[in-house]
Parts: sequence; structure tokens; C-alpha cells
Amino acid sequence: MRRLFLLAVLAVLALPAGAQERVLNVFNWTDYTDPAALEAFTAETGIKVRYDVYDSLETLEARMLTGRSGYDIIVPTSEPTFSRLIRAKALQEIDRARVPNWKNLDPAMMRQVESSDPGNRFGAIYLWGTVGLGILPAKIKALAPDAPTDGWELLLKPENARRLKPCGITIMDSAIDVIPSVLHYLGKRPDSTEAADLAAVEKTLMAIRPYIRTFASSGAVEALAAGTTCLAMTYSGDVIQASARAAEAKRGVVVRYITPKQGAQVAFDMLAIPADAPNKDAALAFIDFMLRPAVMAGITNVTRYPNAVPASRATIRPELLADTNVFPTEAQMAGFFTPSAVPQAAERARTRMWARFKAGR
Amino acid sequence: MRFGRTLVLAVPWVWLVLFVMAPIVIVGAIALARPTEGIPPYLLGFSPDNLTLVLTDPLYRDALLLSLWVAGISTTACLLIGYPMALAIARSPETWRDTLLLAAMLPFWTGFLMRINAWIGLLADDGWINAALTWIGVGPLTLLYSNTAMYVGITYTYLPFMVLPLYAQLSRLDPTLLEAASDLGALPWRVFLRVTLPLSMPGIAAGCALVFIPTVGEYIIPELLGGPGAALIGRVLWGEFFSNRDWPTAAAVAVCLLVVLLVVPAAISWLVARGPGARAPDTGGARAPDTDGAGAPANPGRASPAPGRE
Repeated sequence: MRRLFLLAVLAVLALPAGAQERVLNVFNWTDYTDPAALEAFTAETGIKVRYDVYDSLETLEARMLTGRSGYDIIVPTSEPTFSRLIRAKALQEIDRARVPNWKNLDPAMMRQVESSDPGNRFGAIYLWGTVGLGILPAKIKALAPDAPTDGWELLLKPENARRLKPCGITIMDSAIDVIPSVLHYLGKRPDSTEAADLAAVEKTLMAIRPYIRTFASSGAVEALAAGTTCLAMTYSGDVIQASARAAEAKRGVVVRYITPKQGAQVAFDMLAIPADAPNKDAALAFIDFMLRPAVMAGITNVTRYPNAVPASRATIRPELLADTNVFPTEAQMAGFFTPSAVPQAAERARTRMWARFKAGR
Repeated sequence: MRFGRTLVLAVPWVWLVLFVMAPIVIVGAIALARPTEGIPPYLLGFSPDNLTLVLTDPLYRDALLLSLWVAGISTTACLLIGYPMALAIARSPETWRDTLLLAAMLPFWTGFLMRINAWIGLLADDGWINAALTWIGVGPLTLLYSNTAMYVGITYTYLPFMVLPLYAQLSRLDPTLLEAASDLGALPWRVFLRVTLPLSMPGIAAGCALVFIPTVGEYIIPELLGGPGAALIGRVLWGEFFSNRDWPTAAAVAVCLLVVLLVVPAAISWLVARGPGARAPDTGGARAPDTDGAGAPANPGRASPAPGRE
């Protein structure tokens, strides 16, 4: 009897191994890939892709810090999450010998990420973007015709926000991504840990708090496209996706992205492998596949986020290449900044401020 | 025989230890740990800092008070809507009861998130409710992401939890008691206040507890329907865990919430134990007749199924 039971258990345990199905577990941002690329990867390698999504760095970090996430590929943003995961020893070094397409990466951009990852040992740039404003120009024109639509004043000056309240203001629900931009707008260092600087940020945000309708990260795409919010602080590509969706829906909603003239926070999203990834080989094969110029071009064409593989430009749609919100000009890029991680005590002060801001107290 | 008995009893005990006590102990241990960078993001120890922070920072106190307030209002709303519903179902003809009861439970048959999402569609600026309000000349109003939307969502979701225990209690109520009260000259509202209501107290208590306790810690409905100002304790806890990656503080919030939620039901059950509905079963008619017959003659009918109706 007992032996029979043991045999049954063994049979069940042996099943997955017997089936020999190779899988790759990917954890990526919402609306952040080209489904055709994943299908092509499976067709070519026979590795099945299991794909999960998150809509904020907070969610990704919570999953990673629990340990044994089961994912083979994650896409953390260079700062602060990627660098923090490196420090927490949650990532493994990438064996470049097994990623021949690494050579396609733009060396200048990879150098910019070295402040988070010296020597570029733990990640390759997947896509990148800026943090700015998504607007519905028609609705804003109707409510605040004289408000400037080229910088942070549109959102952060109370007299503008007050007038735009009726058509809906959305801010991404992420202290990580909002606070550095506000610090930069106020002329402070984006990684400042000074209590006075944080107090200034709180004062600025609290002044517009009564006019904010929602805090949403992934929801901003939908809200802008549907026209239920007219001003959203969020990631560049999300706004550009919302713009495309609104155009497809043909309901007369026009969505535009603003790269703030004060200079925008640039975020590099990195392809990385968790330290305890169960399918390391598949993960390396996946990174190599993603770094092919044609694959990257397809991803940029779908997500409308720029990549770091210059050779991909040959097959990127011309209207995207011409759009300075997708591919910013040299002059714009000179004003971009990357925030760096702040010590835990300062982090706690920031998140407590964020909680007070959200609660409106 | 002895062995079999132990075995049967062991099942619930193992369950309780593994899935009730162990998690509480783990959460308690994390509440005393220190946050750090790593996997997992804390170092075990005996640091009172987190509990001190939670008990002294007004953010948590305000969030808890707000949660209790929201839960109180939602429970009251569920009671005011649910009681007439339960009474109507209990008093309806036998052939209808099952159908009506089924209708009350029907929402459970679809996904909870889908139902909340349906409310988003109904309450949106260009949703059905606003379309109707515009048509009659009142709207459009900003309904979604407001306290109103949150209360609507909570009341809608938890209403069945109020109706079912109330129905269970009210359907067992002996109709001869009501007839007796009427025969003795009580007007309908007096019959309700003096007979029906006191006898349904255990159902009210059960329904209120079933609505109140989960509502205090509710996270999803305020997040999806409520405004950003609705910083309920569930959202604050989520923020500590996810946004701040501060597991010890999140655990400390959870411990405080647990303590509060143990005290409230204890208070309710204590009140009910003293209340009029609970004293009936054992004492029967022995209690003072001066309470004009409401609770006192109690249960002659409870042992045998209600006669009168045929």
C-alpha cells in the first residue's frame, strides 16, 4: 500500500521533467512588449514564454524581495529599483559570452547606466523613457487657455491645476517616480535627502492636492485615451500609447505628451535575471533574442518607447523616429537627469510624505 | 476508537495551528524586526520601534479611525437595506422564498472584481448613472473616485452577508408570537419594535459582525472606487508593504488592526449576551412578565417547526 503511494507521488513529480517543456517566466511592465516578438522567440527556440505584468516598481520590488519569485527575466528601472536589487543581491551577473547581441547596445547609453551598475554586469537596456505630462490639449485649452503647455507649471502651479480640476488630473501612484521630478522642478538635487527640500516638495504637492482626482499608474493610459482625465503625470511611452489608442477609437480624443522644458527624469528599464531564476539558460537566450535590431525595432514600433540598439532604427516607423517625444533631440537629452537611490532613512521620509500627500493631510 | 477520535480532532487543530496561529506568530515576529536591504527585507530581532511608530504617528491612528467610521456607516447602510429585505423574504409565501433568497445570493456567482468594475462603468463621468442624471437635469456629477462611490461599492458587496444571517433568524421566528401581540392590541409597528426586532437581535449582531470586520480592513473597494483621500488602514498597510518595502512597519500595522478587530467583536458579543434576544432559550417563560410579553414567552415554537402557516 505504502509503496503504491510512493510510486504515485514519484510519478506525479516526474511528470513535468518527462514532458521536457522548456519555459521562461517573464515579469515585465504592462503594455511593454511586442507580442509578435514573444511568439517568434517561442517559434525559434521552442521555449514557452509565461508572461506576467506589473504597473509600478513598487509591485516588482515587493515580489523580488519576498524571494523565490520564480521569474527568469524582470525589467526593473535603473534607478532606484535596479540598483537596489543589485545591492540586495537579488540579481545575477549576465554572462556576456552567451549574449552575442550585447554588442548592438549603444555604448554611450550603457555608460549612463553605469552609475547604477558599474561595469554593466547585471543588466542590458531594454527600453527607456522620460517622466512627463500627458494632456488632452482641447480640454485644457477650453478651461485654461493661457496655461503653458510645455513644462511642469501646468500641473504644479495651483492656479493652473485649480482650473483643470473639472476635467480630471491623474498622478502616477509612485513616490519613486514623482518626488525626483518635483525636486528638479524646484531647482533642488533630484536625490536630495535634505528635510527642507522634502518639505518644499510636500508644500508644492499639497498646494495642488485638492485638484487631483486619482492616483493611478497603469490606469493613466486608459483614462487619457478615454478622455476621462485631461492631465496626467506619467511615463512618456504610456502617454504616446494612449495617444495611439485614442486615435484608433476615433472618438475625437487627442492625447499629447509633454517633455517638460525644465528637463525630464529619464528612466532606463533593464533586462535583468533574478539571482534565483529557475531557467537561467532560457533567460540568456531571451536577452540575446531581444537585442536583435529587428526584434527591438518591432518592440519600439508597438510600445512607442525608444530602445538602446541604434541598428534597430532602420526598421522603426519613420513617424516615430521623427517624434521628439519618442526620440528626444540632443538638446533635450542634455537636460535629462537620472536620480540615484537615497539612503533608507531618507526613503522612509519620502514615502511618509507621499502617504500624507495622498491622504491630503 | 480513541485513536479515531483523536485523528478527527487533529484535523481542525492542525488547520488552526498551521493557517491561523503560525501566520499571526510570523506577522508578530516581523513587527519586531528591523528593516534592511536584502531578501527578505528585514532582520529578526526585538525592536519596539515599529510598534512605537505605528502607535504614535497620527497617520495610522487617523487611518484606523477613518476605517472604523467607514465600516460603521457601511454596516448601518447594510442593516437599513438588508433588514427589510430579509424580513420581506422571510414573510413571503413559501414558494417564493427560495427564489428570493437565490436572488440575494446571485451576485456571488460572478467575480467580485468584475462587479466592482461594473460599478466603475456605472459611476463614471460618462456612465449610465450620470447619463440618467443629466437627462433629468441634475448631473453630471463626479461620482467615481469619491466617498459616495466607495460606500455604494462596500454596501453593495457586503449586503448579502447582512441579509443571510438576518433571514436565518427571522424565518425561524414563531408567527404565533406576532399574532398574539396583535390580538392583545399592539399596532404593527409596536409588534415590530417589541417582538420582531428584539427576537432578531442575534441575527443583527451576526450580520453586523460579518459586514463590519472585513470592511475595516477593506483594500480593494476603496482603491478602485474611492477617492485618494480615503486613506483607510488597508491602503496604509499596502503602502507600507509595497511602496515603502517596510515589512516590519506593515506587520506592526497588521498587529494593531488585529487587536482592534478582536476587541470590537468581543464587545458586540458581550452586548448581545446581555441583550434581550439572547436570554430567551433557557429561561423560557420564567422571566418577569412586566416586559409586556416581548422577550418573555419566547420559544414554545422553537423546538417544533412553526405551526400556524398551513
